[in-house]
Amino acid sequence: MTQALQALTTILIGLGACVGYFFLSNRLVDVIWPPRGPNAGRNINRANMIRPWLFLFPALFALGLYLGYPVFETLRLSLLERVPGGGYEWVGLENYIRMAGEPKFWEAMRNNMLWLLVVPAASTAFGLLTAQLTDSIRWGRIAQMLIFMPMAISFVGAAVIWKLVYDARPIDQDQIGILNAVVVGLGGEPQTWLTVPFWNNFFLMLVLVWIQTGFATVILSAALRGIPEETVEAAIVDGANPFQIFFKIKVPQISTTILVVWTTITIVVLKIFDIVYAMTNGQWQTQVLANYMFDKLFVANDWGVGSASAIVIMVLVLPILVWNVRNARKEME
Amino acid sequence: MSDVHYGPSGVAGQKAILTWAVHISVALLVILWVLPTLGLFISSFRTADQISTSGWWRAPFAAEQVLQMRTAAPDTQVQEGDLYVIEGNVMEDGQAGEIASWGISSRDVSAFQPGDAAELRDGGTLTLMGDGSYRMESDAPFEGRRGQRVFLTAMVPPELTLENYRFMLFDESNVNGMSRAFFNTLTVSIPATVIPILVAAFAAYALAWMEFPGRALLVAVIVGLLVVPLQLALIPLLKLHLGIGIGKGYLGVWLAHTGFGLPLAIYLLRNYMAGLPRDIIENARVDGATEYQIFVKIILPLSFPALASFAIFQFLWTWNDLLVAKVFLIDATGRTTVMTAQIVELMGTRGGNWEILATAAFVSIVVPLLVFFFMQKYLVRGLLAGSVK
Repeated sequence: MTQALQALTTILIGLGACVGYFFLSNRLVDVIWPPRGPNAGRNINRANMIRPWLFLFPALFALGLYLGYPVFETLRLSLLERVPGGGYEWVGLENYIRMAGEPKFWEAMRNNMLWLLVVPAASTAFGLLTAQLTDSIRWGRIAQMLIFMPMAISFVGAAVIWKLVYDARPIDQDQIGILNAVVVGLGGEPQTWLTVPFWNNFFLMLVLVWIQTGFATVILSAALRGIPEETVEAAIVDGANPFQIFFKIKVPQISTTILVVWTTITIVVLKIFDIVYAMTNGQWQTQVLANYMFDKLFVANDWGVGSASAIVIMVLVLPILVWNVRNARKEME
Repeated sequence: MSDVHYGPSGVAGQKAILTWAVHISVALLVILWVLPTLGLFISSFRTADQISTSGWWRAPFAAEQVLQMRTAAPDTQVQEGDLYVIEGNVMEDGQAGEIASWGISSRDVSAFQPGDAAELRDGGTLTLMGDGSYRMESDAPFEGRRGQRVFLTAMVPPELTLENYRFMLFDESNVNGMSRAFFNTLTVSIPATVIPILVAAFAAYALAWMEFPGRALLVAVIVGLLVVPLQLALIPLLKLHLGIGIGKGYLGVWLAHTGFGLPLAIYLLRNYMAGLPRDIIENARVDGATEYQIFVKIILPLSFPALASFAIFQFLWTWNDLLVAKVFLIDATGRTTVMTAQIVELMGTRGGNWEILATAAFVSIVVPLLVFFFMQKYLVRGLLAGSVK
């Protein structure tokens, strides 16, 4: 009960502070440079110069503190070593060298690259397939919605859902995981899917593909619907078969959207943490960078190497960041 | 001519096959996508026994199950002539169907067929019928306090129960209960959804409709911040929070979620606001409305769809989040644990108890699913606005 009150109070204080800030700061500008009187023109210009920054200030402050500053601070921490008893010591690149000497780090790198190759490609492909197939049938919307549904489920919830799918029982018992039930039904032996090194990575990736396909479907389906009818009709008249129409006419026209979907999922993949943390916690050679970092930070308490691995994630994200910014700038012009 | 006749009908035939292929493939895809969730959902309504002995897809069918029962205690025996007799039915309220086989030893649970008579170890016989009724006879009086153990192999009709939900949500004695974590999650996500909206809305308006130097650069920076991994922020901010005395707690997690949610909020809202008709704003300016009035009276109400989109995103994200809560909120006492964190813990400690896991997972999944189904329009709109750059 007290907790609910606390939350409610926070909302009220937070909202009140926001409204109060914007209202009062705005009023202040009007009082200092009144838009009337002898200097009205000059005052209005001054006020118009100040006001955008008043509107922007809280957001910029929060962004700077919660996203801007940490980038530099993490970079700094990755070059430092915590010394026992408090304080830091400059160690240069030693954290990176130490990290590069750890097999677990390279395992995480290898797995992250695998994820990076498989998940965006598979999600986009399934999304494209679903978008195209559901486009032409009457119950397509419902189908899309059902495939989109995992998007609302947390990674942790998805981890539980898929752990049940992968569950394995000894061969003389009834299987309760549907995957092993199918395997046994086909005459195979039940497997503990998540403990088979290398292949278990793909069973973890499947969970993310399952979540992200709906996202890809929704975006790509909208793009497909935006394709001008004439181009498709012209192809039909020229005798193109449905596959040619899809691959040669439709896909090229939505290539930008495909790229956007691909990069968006790529970013999700680079940060992937919850699924691995909940399902294997990096055991059986399934480590990924974000989980490696979490281990270093909060289990091993090694802030130096932890920060260094965070910087590695940042460096991997950087090309997409630059590409996004350039696109946005082009659009602004 | 014949060629012209042949052509179209051939194409039509092909088309019909293709249409069927499409229907079937979509149906397969949907089944594949829904099945995992359905499995967990059904499991959450089954008893621990049911889950561990048969797959969830068997839930709608009667299942063969070994049940352990007891006959009535010896103090209910009656004397019929020379015989001491205990009679009754081991099936309370007919919970199971016809008995297939039975036994009196755990080493051989199906030693006897219905109607057979078993020799009891302490003398006497036990006869059990297919419907569960039994008759124990002996020359000597039955002794002991408890009745004879009986193992039944019977087809148990399908049964779903809400017991798991009662246990996980309303049982005060359950240390794994989800009710506290549920309210903790709610406590995290509501303020973390509401606060960023207002902050972002003002900034978005300035970026969309106010002229000032550096505007384009700021928009670019925000687009860049959209993809900055929040992993980078964990240590510096935890250090900051510990340093300025916020420590680990709700305030810290609210602030963190606000900071991390702002780039998307500003980006979505700015794009939406920039698309509003210029006339409305120019006219208002000409009429002498101040920027503040324009924003509050015109822009904010018109931007409702974008505000709703972002609110849904942020709510789903904060509700489903694990990492931020683990770093900024949950302290050693564990009193402020959120559902995602508790589920992960249950996966570790109660990994085999699917009735607990499935129910816990569904308690946490149900709210986002409701939001998803009822607000899908805004969610899709937000996705389209947020990613098609």
